Amino acid sequence: MIIEAPIAPVASYALRRADDALILGHRLSEWTGKAPILEEEMALANMALDLIGQSRVLYSYAAEIEGKGHTEDDFAYLRRERDYRNILLVERPNGDFAHTMLRQFFFAAFMYPYWRAMMASKDATLGAIAAKAEKEIAYHLRHSTEWVMRLGDGTAESHRRLADALADLWAYTGELFEADADEQALIAQGILVDPETLRTLWTATVSDTLTAANLDMPQAAWMQTGGRHGQHSENLGHLLSELQYMQRMIPGAVW
Amino acid sequence: MPTPNTPLWEVFIRSRNGLSHRHAGSLHAADATLALQAARDLYTRRGEGLSLWVVPSNAIIASDPADKEMMFEPTASKIYRHPTFYDIPDEVGHM
Repeated sequence: MIIEAPIAPVASYALRRADDALILGHRLSEWTGKAPILEEEMALANMALDLIGQSRVLYSYAAEIEGKGHTEDDFAYLRRERDYRNILLVERPNGDFAHTMLRQFFFAAFMYPYWRAMMASKDATLGAIAAKAEKEIAYHLRHSTEWVMRLGDGTAESHRRLADALADLWAYTGELFEADADEQALIAQGILVDPETLRTLWTATVSDTLTAANLDMPQAAWMQTGGRHGQHSENLGHLLSELQYMQRMIPGAVW
Repeated sequence: MPTPNTPLWEVFIRSRNGLSHRHAGSLHAADATLALQAARDLYTRRGEGLSLWVVPSNAIIASDPADKEMMFEPTASKIYRHPTFYDIPDEVGHM
């Protein structure tokens, strides 16, 4: 079975943010059993569970608005790749630990002020979701910031790996600030926060941390785009083939 | 695996206000900040704590197991140190 994405603006919005959280959460879960040290394995798994938890409440809310009897699982397991609306940053492969931590840092440095601002949303459910997510993301930001500083200011090898990660990931940060026409309408109604208003803060956070990591802030550059319209990199298909495998093999399987 | 870059730390958690911090376990971390974060990630996943301490394990001065007889055995014969020689009135219940 394949289900289509809902088109009501708030449902479609909830789905986009849910997809960000689910895909990044899944990426982090891929570290389980492979992390460099036990302590970080737990940290990565904790962050993965935070994000997957956020995706669940957002999917459930999208299903509720849609009103077709779909569940959170239907959205996670039964959509086609092109119906995923996550930004490309979160589907980037884990790479090495520096890649994973920098990706987390870029995402959390945006989502932390974003969820904080969303707590004042005129949509009470989104406000409540934001209030829960804000505390979790605050820790993701703190943890990833500490690691970015240490990797950049660490050994020659850790610095080189972080510099490589920065070169790879920078072009995927532009999508954090995208808002399509539907989203602009919700912003005008006070239901959503305009991501563009967070750009100054995000840039300052990133600049401060990269400076502490002995890295130069990248210049304005061409930015990747497409995730919000379902145009993904080849990486998402591979990720979904693992994520959706069980429901595809044994439709309707339950514990 | 212990390495010189990630020394051992001891973790203490206070579960409620009014209680003392109790030893919960140990972990490896590069420095104090990461040790505190690792303590949070490893030992407070199920709502165990309100406050965390991490202490470098090498800052703890431990008694020598070889001194066990001198240090601890003499107390075994001093049963009068246990408050078991009083009749507790029934109304008091469990103390």
